[in-house]
Amino acid sequence: MSAARHPALARAGRWLDRVGRTRLLLLASALALLVTIMVLPMASLFEQAFLDNRGAFVGFDNFVSYLTSAGFRSSLINTVFIATTTTLIAVPLGFFYAFALSRTTIKAKRFFRYIAMLPIFMPTVVHALGLIYLFGRQGIVTRFLGVESVLSGPVGIITALTVWTFPQAFLMFSVALEYAAGRFYEAAESLGVKPLTQLLRITLPEIKYTFINACFVVFTLSFTDFGAPRVVGGNFNVLATDIFNQVIGQFNMGMGAVVGTVLIMPALVSFVVGRLTSSRNSGAMNSRSTALTIRRGPWRDTAFFTLCALVTVFVLGLIAALAVGALSTFYPFDLTFTLSHFDFQVGHGGIAAFTNSVLMATLTAAIGTAFVFVFAYATEKTDGAGPLVRFARLLASIPVALPGMVIGLAFIFFFNDPGNPLGVIHGTVAILVVANVLNFFAVPYITASGALKKLDREFEAVADSLSIPRWKLFFRVTVPMSVPALLEIFMYYFVSAMVTISAMVFLSTPQFPIAAVAITHMEEAGNLSGAAAMSLLILLVNILVRLAYEVAVRLITARTTRKETHAHLDSDLRLGRHGRGLRLHGARGGLRQRLPDARPGADAGGDPSADGDVEAGARGDDAEREAAREPVGAGAR
Amino acid sequence: MSFLQIQGVTKKFGTQHALNDVDVTIEKGELVCILGPSGCGKTTLLRVIAGLTSADSGRIVIDGRDVTHLPPAKRDFGIVFQSYALFPNMTVLGNVLFALKQKGGRIRDEMEQRAIEVLRMVDLFDHRTKYPRQLSGGQQQRTALSRAIAIEPSFLLLDEPLSALDAKVRTKLRTEIRAIQKQLGVTTVMVTHDQDEALTMADRVIVMNNAVVEQTGTPREIYDSPASAFVAGFIGSMNFLGDDGEDAGERWAIRPENIQTVAHDERWDIHAKVTDVEFKGAITRVHGVTGDDHPVAVDLTSRRARTLDLYEGKVLYLRLPEEHLSAYTGVTADDAASRRSTAAAAVPA
Repeated sequence: MSAARHPALARAGRWLDRVGRTRLLLLASALALLVTIMVLPMASLFEQAFLDNRGAFVGFDNFVSYLTSAGFRSSLINTVFIATTTTLIAVPLGFFYAFALSRTTIKAKRFFRYIAMLPIFMPTVVHALGLIYLFGRQGIVTRFLGVESVLSGPVGIITALTVWTFPQAFLMFSVALEYAAGRFYEAAESLGVKPLTQLLRITLPEIKYTFINACFVVFTLSFTDFGAPRVVGGNFNVLATDIFNQVIGQFNMGMGAVVGTVLIMPALVSFVVGRLTSSRNSGAMNSRSTALTIRRGPWRDTAFFTLCALVTVFVLGLIAALAVGALSTFYPFDLTFTLSHFDFQVGHGGIAAFTNSVLMATLTAAIGTAFVFVFAYATEKTDGAGPLVRFARLLASIPVALPGMVIGLAFIFFFNDPGNPLGVIHGTVAILVVANVLNFFAVPYITASGALKKLDREFEAVADSLSIPRWKLFFRVTVPMSVPALLEIFMYYFVSAMVTISAMVFLSTPQFPIAAVAITHMEEAGNLSGAAAMSLLILLVNILVRLAYEVAVRLITARTTRKETHAHLDSDLRLGRHGRGLRLHGARGGLRQRLPDARPGADAGGDPSADGDVEAGARGDDAEREAAREPVGAGAR
Repeated sequence: MSFLQIQGVTKKFGTQHALNDVDVTIEKGELVCILGPSGCGKTTLLRVIAGLTSADSGRIVIDGRDVTHLPPAKRDFGIVFQSYALFPNMTVLGNVLFALKQKGGRIRDEMEQRAIEVLRMVDLFDHRTKYPRQLSGGQQQRTALSRAIAIEPSFLLLDEPLSALDAKVRTKLRTEIRAIQKQLGVTTVMVTHDQDEALTMADRVIVMNNAVVEQTGTPREIYDSPASAFVAGFIGSMNFLGDDGEDAGERWAIRPENIQTVAHDERWDIHAKVTDVEFKGAITRVHGVTGDDHPVAVDLTSRRARTLDLYEGKVLYLRLPEEHLSAYTGVTADDAASRRSTAAAAVPA
């Protein structure tokens, strides 16, 4: 070895050997890829905010002129109003719905659960469209009651956003409530504590952080949503539509970038708060919490059943209204059945918009799942490269703070730049796929790294001792053991890509139209039936994918249980344990719940410095392992 | 030359030493236990030998080859972890075969023969088509062992292999592992915090504390002539008499079973008032306080204890035979150690 001559070189060589050249290369390329699709585009967005239309540097002029304009003030006030009101309605609704499903004895829980997930399978433009069919000027309900419609404007936006965000809050709360520590309630019962007091003094404190996170998630989603205001907003301007108008309407790129920057703010705040609170969120729940036995409560159950039933009627009513619109010849004047609206006019992309969407969603799911999993593998299994790994983890958590509108805009600036060789993907399905992979990266990343963490961390050591190459271990053990997580990620990516619109409005082109955008166009052109028909197709394909996922998971679980004949089980390795309660469905919010997992060494013996550097991290691990082995000894330390 | 030599190995995590200038030699074919309280560095030492953790300084020589900077795969060892780390998606046979296939050079039939041979050795042949989760803890551990020895490694590392098992299985497996190790004659290093395990299984025991080796020797040597107050207090039970630990002066140490009870009119060294009588089956441990307020424990055969008619407050006259007394100065590690060790080893001084 010639390297041995120079001590520094030799040291570097040994470090490479130890960390593993391949793994380091893997981590480096995963990082490089994420930097290319996230950091660079974001940088060009921020750069653009300081340029005028001719590309000259104008400092903060754009910010000043936008922030002082009357239009901005009203848009900001409107957006905050929309987001706040939606949060105030959707979060409590989500909580009570989740409470009904996990803490009462009402019937048809599974049915209600699926109902609550339906809105996630549709873009916000579709919720808005459904509302138009129900409550618009020609709406079914409006006409039936013979009243004036008040839908257009804030009422419509808030209602559509509530329908869209309530499931997100619901899913976050159901994860939190599922981890009930039954002991607390048993103790409370034995002390004669009244049910209401139990709710206030045990349940609410237990879900405090979930509550905060749910508020942030719902607020951010409604703050940045584009679809609902676009369809039912009328003249009620919000920030997301402002960006669109600035960029697409007036080609005012600099201004668009400024609005984009403003749009990031709540997500950024929620991101920081999320990281701060999540570290304290991991306390009470552990696998040893006893299951909760739910007492009967007729009044309680009646109330909650009514709530669930009302939500169900509303959600199904929305979908039924879409179906009426899509299947009748000329609503509301000719209600005879027809399938003609499914022969979409070519002008808005035709049926191609739908097949394109399916293609895009499939590609997003396939590429996204592979990328996320490799990224998570690189960050979880590269020992000895601490700073790099921590950097990668930080980067991986940023996409959650990036609204789709902002990603779309940033991508335009970055990939549309004639000087950028990567610009070739502009206008193709590739740029849409990349934007989606990035936009929905954070939640799958948590799922993937969580699944990897559950694998015995000595696998690598054993493989090394047996001279089994890491790639072989990866394909023969790591991947097979992570199949449930991979399916979940695939499904999440697919559904998200099918319904997303915000980034797409900037990136999809007439050459490659997609369904969610086509719905907006059809709606604008007055072709509501076509829009409704397209909406139904999106809903249908998402339900099918979800069903396929459920079947696959059930098959895997069944196969795993069949193998379990003996009772002595190592529960950590049990596949069946996976997804329960941790399944994503479509909740971005699940992320924050599980952020503790993602933090390096977060549970390493309570030593706050333990995630400070590699060595300390390792020490924490060692100490933790030793402590776990020597239960009596640990007490004296 | 010794088979495995660890020379001046130091490893720090942050500012804390996990290994502080550790020297250890291990001979070919022996089973060596590294024993110590939690956090003493024993697991780190094992991982350094395996190459899973790199030492900051020092040298590791295996079979005349300097392996200090070699990755684990080039060190030719088999390893068994407390968690077993069996590949959950492969059967027992699959786990063993997966290991064998990497070694190359063998044809498939030969590999299967070898796999079946080791599975018979650990008595798992009948369970070869089962998946790890269908096995009991002991069976899983034996699978892990068979996987490690299948590749005929030049040495074997066992990282707390029995800690996750319940007491009965543990005792049984001790004997089994030891028998297989002897049969194969494979050099074995085992980390444990369980002194019974170390004393019953090992040819030699390395006692570690605070990142340094306190003593190396056969189980008998370690028990009969502890080299330091720490070892004296950590292994078995020990009475410390004389000065208080805080004074760091010289103290006398004697094991409870070496103290004799004598009649008042015979020659006695100290007397003690009985505070508690602990019946343990064949023997009975009597706790007492000496005249100068030191706690003392005496082990008697239960038959002898019955003849003494023990009750709280009764005064016993004790003889401390000189050949069983040893003196230790300074180190008061036993205070910490006694609180730490699982076996409630030392009588509080």
